[in-house]
Amino acid sequence: MSLRLYVLQRLTALVMAPLVLVHLAVIVYATRTGLSAEAILGRTEGSLFWAGFYGLFVVAAAIHGTIGLRTVLVEMTGWRGGGLDLAMLCFFLAVLVLGLRAVVIVT
Amino acid sequence: MTTDLDVQVWRGDSAGELQRYVVPRGDKQTVLDVVTYIQRRLDPTLSYRFACRVGMCGSCAMTVNGKPRWTCRASVERVAEAGSLELRPLRNMPVIKDLAVDMTGFFEKWQEAGGRFVPTSTRHDPIAVVPPSSPARQAADAGIECINCGICHAACDVVAWDPAYQGPAALNRAWTLQNDVRDGDHGQRLRAVASGSGCLGCHSMGNCARYCPNSLNPTGSIAGLKRLAVKAALKGEL
Ligand code: SF4
Ligand code: SF4
Ligand code: FES
Repeated sequence: MSLRLYVLQRLTALVMAPLVLVHLAVIVYATRTGLSAEAILGRTEGSLFWAGFYGLFVVAAAIHGTIGLRTVLVEMTGWRGGGLDLAMLCFFLAVLVLGLRAVVIVT
Repeated sequence: MTTDLDVQVWRGDSAGELQRYVVPRGDKQTVLDVVTYIQRRLDPTLSYRFACRVGMCGSCAMTVNGKPRWTCRASVERVAEAGSLELRPLRNMPVIKDLAVDMTGFFEKWQEAGGRFVPTSTRHDPIAVVPPSSPARQAADAGIECINCGICHAACDVVAWDPAYQGPAALNRAWTLQNDVRDGDHGQRLRAVASGSGCLGCHSMGNCARYCPNSLNPTGSIAGLKRLAVKAALKGEL
């Protein structure tokens, strides 16, 4: 892992820590109060706040998770070089696109 | 103390096998005593290393019942669970023969991690005054009693996974030098260790600290290097 990736992974962890807590609180709140899917969508649709919140979450998680997966692959399989970088770029884009698509749909 | 000890010893190179010996137990017997008994009385072809016998030189490390230990200070009474011993060479280093491993790669990593002191003054300059209470000196102090035994290197799973990883001993050495105010190579050394093969590869699992016979904490030293590297990166210096 390069120092750049290392720092990026720590920074995204720093960004995600409060987001995860809020996300968990939201889950607990939504399930405890028995909000229906319509009620939830009613609150998220058109909300700049939730679009920004989960948009940032998706970007940070995609970066953080890809660097982590890359490290696991390097250590467990010994895979290195351009092929690995390309595969990781694809993984990152897939997570990013799927995540952002979900954010766009519910907000 | 009258019972015999059942000892399985690794014989041959990496493709060798365990061989069984029966060794009489003795008072205050160390694992090194057991190996020496085998070599002197039972099988003179057994190869192993030792020098000081008092925990100073770092040459007698082996895998004892699955754990890396300095054998000259490992008492049989304490480590021979169920009255038996299984002795293998250290992990993560090529086996030369029997219990002797090739430590060339281990010491090359010390060089890769900038383990060499680079002086900033000559013998003609006055002796540097380093206050014992200064934070840097205390940080260096915590790591300088390394005897180069390779036990931490054998205990580390990242070393096992990534042959390029510099390993806990080399990185611990680098950390002590980064805290040596007389050293003039802090920038280059940080560059040498700030990579996945260096301090960034460490998972902070602490196997090294757990098994270091001198109770050093390479995990902590490596965390210190990570902090230095991140600070330098954020300042744009690396
Ligand atoms: S703390 Fe780091 S250096 Fe020590 S054993 Fe674990 S991975 Fe290896
Ligand atoms: S840090 Fe401890 S275990 Fe590692 S080589 Fe030095 S003395 Fe041995
Ligand atoms: S023989 Fe010197 S440390 Fe064990």
